[in-house]
Amino acid sequence: MAEKLKIATTSLGGCFGCHMSFLDIDERIIDLFDLVEFDRSPLTDIKHCSEYVDIGLIEGGVCNSENVHTLREFRKSCKVLIAVGACAINGGLPALRNFIPLEECLAESYLTGEGIDNPQIPSDIELPLLLDKVHPIHELVKVDYFLPGCPPSGNAFWRFITDLAAGKTPTLPYELVHYD
Amino acid sequence: MTWSESKQEKVLAIVSKHEIRQTRLLQILREVQDEFHCVPKNALEIVAAELGLARTKVEGVVQFYSLLSLEQQGRFHILFSDSITDQFQGSRGLMDYLSAKLGVKPGQTRGDGKVSLGFTSCTGLCDQGPAGLVNGHWLSRLNESRIDRIVDLVEREVPVSSWPLEFFHVEDNIQSPGLLLQSPIDQGEALKQLVREGFEEIFMEINRSGLRGRGGAGFETAWKWRFCAEGPEDYSGSSLADKNERFVVCNADEGEPGTFKDRILLNSYAHQVFEGMTVCAGIVGAKQGFLYLRGEYLRLRPQLEAILANRRAKNFLGKSILGRNGFDFDIEIHMGAGAYVCGEESALIESLEGKRGVPRVRPPYPIDRGYLDQPTVVNNVETFAAVAAIAAYGGAWFATQGTDKSKGSKIISISGDCERPGIYEYDFGISIAEILMDCGAENTLAVQVGGPSGGIISGKEYHRKLAFEDLGTGGSFMIFNKKRDVLEIVRNFTHFFAHESCGFCTPCRVGTTLLKNEVDKICDGHATSLDLVGLSSLAKFIKTASHCGLGQSAANPVLGSLSHFPQAYKDRFKDVVFEPGFDLDESLETARRMSARDDPWAHLEQ
Repeated sequence: MAEKLKIATTSLGGCFGCHMSFLDIDERIIDLFDLVEFDRSPLTDIKHCSEYVDIGLIEGGVCNSENVHTLREFRKSCKVLIAVGACAINGGLPALRNFIPLEECLAESYLTGEGIDNPQIPSDIELPLLLDKVHPIHELVKVDYFLPGCPPSGNAFWRFITDLAAGKTPTLPYELVHYD
Repeated sequence: MTWSESKQEKVLAIVSKHEIRQTRLLQILREVQDEFHCVPKNALEIVAAELGLARTKVEGVVQFYSLLSLEQQGRFHILFSDSITDQFQGSRGLMDYLSAKLGVKPGQTRGDGKVSLGFTSCTGLCDQGPAGLVNGHWLSRLNESRIDRIVDLVEREVPVSSWPLEFFHVEDNIQSPGLLLQSPIDQGEALKQLVREGFEEIFMEINRSGLRGRGGAGFETAWKWRFCAEGPEDYSGSSLADKNERFVVCNADEGEPGTFKDRILLNSYAHQVFEGMTVCAGIVGAKQGFLYLRGEYLRLRPQLEAILANRRAKNFLGKSILGRNGFDFDIEIHMGAGAYVCGEESALIESLEGKRGVPRVRPPYPIDRGYLDQPTVVNNVETFAAVAAIAAYGGAWFATQGTDKSKGSKIISISGDCERPGIYEYDFGISIAEILMDCGAENTLAVQVGGPSGGIISGKEYHRKLAFEDLGTGGSFMIFNKKRDVLEIVRNFTHFFAHESCGFCTPCRVGTTLLKNEVDKICDGHATSLDLVGLSSLAKFIKTASHCGLGQSAANPVLGSLSHFPQAYKDRFKDVVFEPGFDLDESLETARRMSARDDPWAHLEQ
């Protein structure tokens, strides 16, 4: 049998909803393990990508400096990088803050908002700094495919990954991109 | 906050002046804007209640048109044309100069409410730029000393009506008249011919002339009229002609950047244009006509109203024109309010009805269901001017000029890098090279024919000819010499479309902004060859998926320059696989400052 494909996944500025939806492939996960093995992913708790990964699935947009580093690590390792879900593709819900200056966001959260005790802007080298705008991932790195949905359904994940595993360009039939 | 009674009275007076008609909504809002330097919330509510419209409907109209504003503007509202020819004449630098002198930024109103500044799309003075508008009135040939004087007038609150006339002086600037401009008809000549020879005979003359619409699309005028006159059929195929009212609309929403021929026709040949409309009305059986005049041409309005009054007095308009029973027709002027898309005929009709200028789904075409769903002829200003001449001089006079498929002449507006910008009229079939020679263009890098929605032509194509079968055009002819940067031109045009997209369909609304961002990325030096792949597929998508002509042509500047000037793009590309289109490290600056950090982890590489 051919070597299994390596898949890495992560959530940047996302809610892990896409990851949860991925698990909606249910018992097909057993078949999936015949095809792939998981590299860096919250499912494996592996912290960094191997040198070569076949498929990277990114959920969430780019909100802070850590997201940038993570995304770049994925791009460096992954042969195929996929933007998964509304936030990775468009910025999604977190990007709603793009209409408010970052200065005001931080001030409201840490300085002037109601019930704040000991107001101060958190400052520690271990804390990632926020970018002034939330960006979809394709504005920072080259993205090969976009898997739409909020979240994409388990079936859409299944279709995308099995297509790629079969060496085909992934396509989604109408039922899988029809949301109402 | 209660609104003073006198203000309420003013709004009510405006509404009743317009006979409380919904179709006059845009006209009403223009006058409210004039009065209050914005459309105040209270006025909005009064207008909505009086016209029986939802408040949101009225607010939607205000937000659609760029010359209307919900925000308070200054008592002096100064807009600079942001057309590429104005930019190349230094308009941006002049705006910086003005802005520094007045202490207010473009897009803002100064604290004392005296003055506000902004940019607008082409004002139709490309041959006499850099140009602008003050409270809706043209300002031509701006320069620093003129701006010094304007600042002084503003600071002393001298009303615009008392400003020196030379600021508003606009010349016709006809450099080379041809078939039409050389032989204007005498007042009433076409109508007399119409009444003498009969409607059918004059229709045949127009048919013989082979006249095609001058707005750009080139539909045969005679056929358009015939379809309108015969009217739509009901489901059983019998004509509804008798049941319909008909309308004639003259499209003077000359918004294509670089076009200003209608300005001249309406300034010096307005009689002939109105006469053409009246001939059309006689032939198709219309009682009511409209001149849809773009908001930027406000200054022409009083003289146009005077000409209409004069024509009514001479019975060239009104009841039983020239004594012919049943030949009743009158013309009303409707002002636009700064929306390029209203040049599209169905959007224009929506706007005439007082709504947002969103293009309709076609078919049905306006000839079947136009204004108030009635058969309507919409023709360009130049078309009507030609119609009047053909009615007076005969179809053969016209048809002997031009080419096989493009009869007659075309008036073109030349601007940009040449010795003699202005108005030129040529018989169809003239080559680009000949035109360039005539207007004294040297070292020409490219010619933009037909404005941003048209196409860019480079040196190897100067043998091509102006004609519907080769290079069709509405009349815009912008010349760029070799000192100009093609990508700056593309950037200007792409910004223009993103600004003017009406927002109705997603491919255009979202697509034009994506296109703008991508072109900005290239111009700012962040792009790589990979961006080109995305750019061309995006451009093709916008072109094929958009609802109307605006979206379908919004990607033309990108597609055209990619095929004619690929090197201009390649020169800008960075030799990396990919990089963000914005300064990554800079985007951490706010957070860095607020958390007082400057450690290595507080920075990002591009």
